[in-house]
Amino acid sequence: MSSNGVQILERHLPSSLDSYHAYIEEVLQRLRDLGWKKKDLVGVEIALEESISNAIRHGNNEDGSKQVHVECRLGPQRFWAKVCDEGTGYEPDSVPDCRSSENLKRPGGRGLTLIRGFMNVVEHSQRGCCITMEKVIGAPDPEEE
Amino acid sequence: MGKKNRIEVSDSANVSVVRFRDQKIIDPESIQELGQELFDLIEQDERSKILLNFCNVEFLSSAALGKLITFEKKVKKNGADLILTNIAPQIFQVFAITNLDKLFQIKDTEADALAVL
Repeated sequence: MSSNGVQILERHLPSSLDSYHAYIEEVLQRLRDLGWKKKDLVGVEIALEESISNAIRHGNNEDGSKQVHVECRLGPQRFWAKVCDEGTGYEPDSVPDCRSSENLKRPGGRGLTLIRGFMNVVEHSQRGCCITMEKVIGAPDPEEE
Repeated sequence: MGKKNRIEVSDSANVSVVRFRDQKIIDPESIQELGQELFDLIEQDERSKILLNFCNVEFLSSAALGKLITFEKKVKKNGADLILTNIAPQIFQVFAITNLDKLFQIKDTEADALAVL
């Protein structure tokens, strides 16, 4: 599907950790076709992997009766995605900072930090059930701002 | 020492050099298996100097990072040494964003790591 030259790729995914990699690969292939380079695609892949797996595991608790709703909008220089689960929500600011020295050796809790590190814009809505992410090629690296 | 599905292990002097078989370390079962194969190096084989070479790795999820952190703890607990090498720039970003470049000792090449192990 295409609107104003922007390709829109939407899916309702089951809450299973083996359900979404073909979708991510389709997004990556479309971006490759639009001219995206490997160095920029890694961030997109990580953002989708972490947001969708978070939605399945933490949002929907891998409940087979719930779905994860994903919409990606793809252009030559802009990637935008919204990932929503059907859970009860959470407070994103309550997630401990995995980068602090006291949390550095904790095995979990790095997904959100990686998304924020690779995307230029990250917003939460619907009580934390939805995450919206954007990356623009050529925009300043969020880690360097 | 049984056959390993997720890693290849070779010996260079007294250092165990580990390479990952997978380009992308993503799915939960593979990560679980990878973790166990790494843990066995320490807990079963009692290796004391381990070099993890990431030259084949193109993608690393946070779940895989978690396994590496658990492995690092086991290495330390057993008094062994661990160095990571050959991490591509885009994968190094994963370590840098999460500050794990401060937890792990990272060298550019195998030769750099072998010189200090």
